[in-house]
Amino acid sequence: MVPLSHYLLLSAMLFSIGTAGVFVRRNLITILLSIEIMLNAVNLTFVAFGRALGSADGQIIVFFVMTVAAAEAAVGLAIIISLFRHRESLNPESFTALKW
Amino acid sequence: MISFYMFAFIAVVASLLVIAQRNPIYSVLLLIASFGALSALYVLLDAPFVAVIQIIVYAGAIMVLFLFVVMLLNAPHEDTEYDERVHPLLRPGPMRFGAGLAVALVVELWWALGRGGESGSFAGGSVTSVAAIGRSLFTDYAFPFEVTSILILVAMVGAVLLARREEPR
Repeated sequence: MVPLSHYLLLSAMLFSIGTAGVFVRRNLITILLSIEIMLNAVNLTFVAFGRALGSADGQIIVFFVMTVAAAEAAVGLAIIISLFRHRESLNPESFTALKW
Repeated sequence: MISFYMFAFIAVVASLLVIAQRNPIYSVLLLIASFGALSALYVLLDAPFVAVIQIIVYAGAIMVLFLFVVMLLNAPHEDTEYDERVHPLLRPGPMRFGAGLAVALVVELWWALGRGGESGSFAGGSVTSVAAIGRSLFTDYAFPFEVTSILILVAMVGAVLLARREEPR
């Protein structure tokens, strides 16, 4: 059996990839995809710890995280669609009306 | 043992390619591959319920929603002002700080996990059955479960309201 720390390291790597994606990419859809990568990294941590502690609670929290991720994706994509209708662009640099 | 490293490699490489692609359609398809590898890792962790949910909800529902929006908007390529060939770490502005922050995060997590010493291997538990999860979900976690339904309702109404085309009056 692979030790728990390897699962945690994999999760840390996936989370960092997601973080890098949020900052490096200039496309709203890719930024949302990077957030999904980060949520999945956290899910992996929950399941690995739940397995190590021998309890089902980790998997139940993953269930709730997935629900929140689905709601976030639906609302986020709706916001992206209505932003795209205004500016014909997906670049976050073009939505700076509220920037000080 | 070897299957863990294989699926971990697939997940990391697919995730890296997701953020390296310029065309969002390829990003979405690669992310589905990454989710497939993660689902296999959940099977290795004796969590078949999460593995199936990962495929059905994430790869099946959420990613199809993303794919639908990418094709609906029909704006595949990222419009960038900077030179494409410059390395991300050398690009101007917040991007450099962001990439630096991600590198710092990797180093810090690696350091913290290394300092934790030898975390023990897994206890010899059995597979968590779907029945146990369902029982816990409807007894201990009944209130959060019901609140989730309100969250989904709000998200549904919000999505319809936000994406609606405004009527000229």
